[in-house]
Amino acid sequence: MRGDQINLQNIVARSATTEPSPQVRHGGVEEVTKLIDVSRCIGCKACQVACSEWNDLRDDVGECVGVYDNPMDLTPETWEVMRFNEYEDEQGNLEWLIRKDNCMHCEEPGCLEACPAPGAIVKYANGIVDFNSEHCIGCGYCVAGCPFDIPRISKKDEKAYKCTLCSDRVFHGLEPACVKSCPTGSIMFGTREDMHELAAARTDFLKGRGYEKAGIYDPAGVGGTHVIYVLQHADKPEIYGGLPEDPRISPMVDAWKGVTKPLMSAAIGLAALSGFFHYATKGPKEEPEDDPDEEKASEAREEDK
Amino acid sequence: MSHSNRERGILRYRWWTRLNHWTVAISFVLLVLSGLALFHPFFWSLTGLFGGPIMTRAWHPFIGVFMTLFFVLLAIPLFKDSLIKRYDIQWLKQINDVLSNRDERLPPVGKNNAGQKLVYWIMLGCVPILLVTGIIIWRPYFAEGMPIWLLRFSVMVHAYTAFLAIITLVIHIYSGIWVKGSIRAMVQGRVSKAWAKHHHSLWYDEVMKERKQQPAAKDDSSARPQ
Amino acid sequence: MTNHWVDIRNADLILSMGGNSAEAHPVGFRWVMEAKYRNNARLISVDPRFTRTGAVADFHAEIRTGTDIMFLGGLINYLIETDQIHHEYVSNYTDAALIVREEFGFEDGLFTGFDATAGQYDKETWHYEVDEQGFARRDDTLQHPRCVYQLMRQHYSRYTLDMVETVCGTPRHKIQRVWDMIAETARTGQTMTILYALGWTQHSIGSQIIRTGAIVQLLLGNMGMLGGGVNALRGHSNIQGLTDLGLLSNLLPGYMSLAKAEEQDYRAYIEERVRQPLLPDEVSYWRHYERFHVSLMKSWFGDAATEANNWCYDWLPKLKADLYDVLHTFHRMSLGEVNGYFCQGFNPLASFPHKAKVTAALSNLKYLVVMDPLATETAEFWKDHGEYHSVNPEEIQTEVFRLPTTCFAEEDGAIVNSARWLQWHWAAAPPPGEARPDVEILGGLFHRLQYMYREEGGVFPDPILNLTWPYRRPDSPGPSELAREYNGWALQDVHDENGNLLCRAGEQLPDFGALRADGSTSCGCWIYSGAWTEEGNQMARRDNSDPYGIGMTLGWAWSWPVNRRILYNRASARPDGTPWSQDKALIWWNGSRWVGADVPDFPKQTPPSAGLGPFIMNQTGRGQLFARDRMAEGPFPEHYEPFESPIGMNPLHPDNPLAKNNPAARVFEVDRENFGTFEEFPHAATTYRLTEHFHFWTTHALLNSIMQPEKFVEIGSTLAEELGIERGDRVRVSSKRGYIDAVAVVTKRIRPLQVAGQTVHQVGIPIHWGFKGVAKKARLTNELTPFVGDANTQTPEFKSFLVRVEKL
Repeated sequence: MRGDQINLQNIVARSATTEPSPQVRHGGVEEVTKLIDVSRCIGCKACQVACSEWNDLRDDVGECVGVYDNPMDLTPETWEVMRFNEYEDEQGNLEWLIRKDNCMHCEEPGCLEACPAPGAIVKYANGIVDFNSEHCIGCGYCVAGCPFDIPRISKKDEKAYKCTLCSDRVFHGLEPACVKSCPTGSIMFGTREDMHELAAARTDFLKGRGYEKAGIYDPAGVGGTHVIYVLQHADKPEIYGGLPEDPRISPMVDAWKGVTKPLMSAAIGLAALSGFFHYATKGPKEEPEDDPDEEKASEAREEDK
Repeated sequence: MSHSNRERGILRYRWWTRLNHWTVAISFVLLVLSGLALFHPFFWSLTGLFGGPIMTRAWHPFIGVFMTLFFVLLAIPLFKDSLIKRYDIQWLKQINDVLSNRDERLPPVGKNNAGQKLVYWIMLGCVPILLVTGIIIWRPYFAEGMPIWLLRFSVMVHAYTAFLAIITLVIHIYSGIWVKGSIRAMVQGRVSKAWAKHHHSLWYDEVMKERKQQPAAKDDSSARPQ
Repeated sequence: MTNHWVDIRNADLILSMGGNSAEAHPVGFRWVMEAKYRNNARLISVDPRFTRTGAVADFHAEIRTGTDIMFLGGLINYLIETDQIHHEYVSNYTDAALIVREEFGFEDGLFTGFDATAGQYDKETWHYEVDEQGFARRDDTLQHPRCVYQLMRQHYSRYTLDMVETVCGTPRHKIQRVWDMIAETARTGQTMTILYALGWTQHSIGSQIIRTGAIVQLLLGNMGMLGGGVNALRGHSNIQGLTDLGLLSNLLPGYMSLAKAEEQDYRAYIEERVRQPLLPDEVSYWRHYERFHVSLMKSWFGDAATEANNWCYDWLPKLKADLYDVLHTFHRMSLGEVNGYFCQGFNPLASFPHKAKVTAALSNLKYLVVMDPLATETAEFWKDHGEYHSVNPEEIQTEVFRLPTTCFAEEDGAIVNSARWLQWHWAAAPPPGEARPDVEILGGLFHRLQYMYREEGGVFPDPILNLTWPYRRPDSPGPSELAREYNGWALQDVHDENGNLLCRAGEQLPDFGALRADGSTSCGCWIYSGAWTEEGNQMARRDNSDPYGIGMTLGWAWSWPVNRRILYNRASARPDGTPWSQDKALIWWNGSRWVGADVPDFPKQTPPSAGLGPFIMNQTGRGQLFARDRMAEGPFPEHYEPFESPIGMNPLHPDNPLAKNNPAARVFEVDRENFGTFEEFPHAATTYRLTEHFHFWTTHALLNSIMQPEKFVEIGSTLAEELGIERGDRVRVSSKRGYIDAVAVVTKRIRPLQVAGQTVHQVGIPIHWGFKGVAKKARLTNELTPFVGDANTQTPEFKSFLVRVEKL
């Protein structure tokens, strides 16, 4: 991992932008990936604490609602949570599946597509999708755009927040804080290639331990993600706290933000233009003269008086 | 040729209607400008009109609610005159004649022609949809508690509805420019008899009939000014 | 730990039992994961609940709390009867062949020598038969009916699969599966490590549970092996250091013991503790006891300690009771027999059982001094905290002093981890406000006392007036000065038996081999000798090179004894000195001395042909299957029910009430009346810690409180359904002694057990959350727990008691 991955020329995608990103730099930055091996996770929440420590986040002291999960969900001040799931298979074998839930850093980010504020959401050449609060307007479109329900809007400053994959640490050649804190090697970090290799090895290990459906979660629907999971039951991602089976940017978001966006804009312009041309070719409907019969006209005027 | 019919001609829109119309119109334009700014980066610079992007985002829904209130006040009295009549269908069938200014071929219409009625009905459909979907996605007040599918559905519907409303608005504005005398009607309230007779002859006849029955009340009592 | 954290990765099988290693030791648990993924090891979790360890285990078996001796005793029976033991190891390295006295016996749940009135054993008969020279008789064929092997076989023959299933409630197929997996490690080259924690110690039979684990490991040949051992995962970062330094009431530093009241004679005291070999030529290292003792006395009293005054033996306190443990002390406090209490680094109101009794006891004090970095519950025991702690301050006359201390991150020093590693650390931040190091506070107190004794006199001033205090700043002894002191230094030149100079006067001692009983050496804790030598602070070393690639980093910090990382490592080699298997090679005989990846736990130049046993601290040189007189309740572990048992009898001895519970456990009469019955309190409860919290400290820390904000109890879904409780409901959990209110975590991870023909529901209660701190307030869990401890250590029975759960 090189230290100079994040500078303005390494932004490869930018929200609400019609101009292309800088094109000249090439090949110097490798794509990164965070691997979360659910089969090795003990749910100790060290990553949650490390995330809060590094990013200076202190959520409210909540309450227990009868599960180990806490905080119960992502918030503007909690960028990752462990989701604990008791799963019983058909034979009645119990498993306690604990999944770390955070931004997946999609290759094709729904948040970025939905965001109306130029440059509020960027994707770096290393694959990290980051929120630039300086440009965030707090509209919450990213919430609607995200297929994983990740971004949260703060009530304090009405800005969107989510895991940055510690882009600041990665920039300086460090691994994300959660990775650093993980005691069991459940969370690993490296180049996309290395992590896929490692994930494949771990999948093989699990298959050798009787998890025939073990596999890698790297959903193609969003072009792959820069956070990937190794799951014991890759055929049933939904048992891991509702991990979507085939996430993709919602057709509704596409219908709103896809080609229709320029098309509708063009249509509005076209409508105005048509009016102008119509006026120019057909002319206005002139105000009719008062009654052409002079007499009647003056009669009418009199009457008005 | 004097068209100053301040004291003459026929009163087409009461002051209250005119005030409402322009309140709604100005609000609507502001909504269009702020909405478009957030819709496509092409229009992003429009946020400058509102004091920046965050202000644009924050003001848009308040303007929307404000507009809706006045729209309701505007729409209620216009309701009866906007009911579609048989001749409106005929009028629409002859839209080519309308566009080509062959007005003489058109059937006589009442106070509003089919085009105006369509604007009424489209807006009457769009505004509530925009209001409801807008409230659903309104941050920071309402969107927090909404399920994501509903947010997605609402932003999509909001965008499409707004599109329809904007197109309608463009046509509506153009019509005002195109049909001379109509802007004055909405600004000053009155039209000449000739204008009324030419564009809305049935209404004209009705006004004339009423005047004959009640010669004393000749001014504001012209047939249902709004 | 007999082994160490990193060594877990060398195991082929990891048994996590009597502890939830992933939950309580997540950082050390990395080595379990390393074992799984690098060594293809399996992980078994045996626990009342399906825990965080269970989440990553290859196999989980539920068990009724407090029945581990039954589970492991059944395993011993299974291993012996199916002949799945490591024969060569057992016959050479254990006492299996030694013959026990004829008078020894076991009947109806009791060993010979029981005195029912005193609740104690006369252990006279619990001994080997000895010959004229005082050596134990042996039968290497293991056929003698009174050899340890046959007696053990007979003892555990009652622990059948049926009985285990009946007592433990574990489904039969799961017991069998676990036993089979464990039995595989009897094969040469296969090792199992046992990871346990307070889930084994906090029972009235806790010490014997651990003994049973050790017997299993000896039978399988897993002691002294790479990836083997019996490994206690300690509950505090420095609790190992606490026991090492003798902060238990009956100990002196380095596991030397205080004299009893009847031991007024110095020679007799020493003779009793100098343990001579029970087999010819064995090392029996405790025979050097006097060297350790005299060096300690020189360290404490300096020139005042002379041979003439028996090295100040008379100044040492002598014990009237067996143990002045916390239960004993608080019991006496409750009777008004204690005036003042110094509470240092402890939160007894939260940490000791039966909170109502502890509150009453503290209320009887004249003064209480609390030395702590935090505003603990104990410091406010006198204050009314409403529903969480209801007292009337007007009725409490105890004067409370709070002295803020530094915490570990605000001072230099060594922390001893579970693996016996002394790791030096440096202060990371200055202490806040008026906080001072504990040493400084105690130093100030000492000087004040010394001044008063000197000026005003008093009864028995000698130990105070003559205490050595050689520190540069007497008001604030430095951590490095104290470290040099416990390592020890030579007072005169020290020579070995051949007259070679080992150490000059004034020099730091190289290790405890240089200690002398003639007053020429001074050493504050003999097992720590070698930690700060002439070469400097060994604990601060940070070389993590691992020349053999087996996780043996001898250059990292320093481990007692003499930087040895795996105890009994001589047993990792065959009797002929070659490793049992090449991939488990640890140390070996190279023809002239013992070499390898670790510091040999054996005389370096004694050849294998000498036939000495590898367990050099034991008088037999062998691993003790038979504990002789070292345990309170018998030489072989026997299953007894918890004092509050959900089945009300011991299925092994249904007709002998004396053998229902641990017969040797000490129970105060008033506490016996406070035990509940299963008719009134039908649910078996157990307490534990959560990853998110550390005892009662981290509820003062915001981040920890965010991660786990509120008190909860875990209830199996079957029981919850019976009681109409749904996830998130508030419930009241009551015992005979009190109640707590908490949120119900309803889970499939606790299953009802079929025990002795009835259904037993277990309830899990985390210990965290009190009425201080930033998390949600709650009543302390120790409102519920019984005031009884292990018969040997008096560690309270926090893990097995009875409660009743109700929906609020």
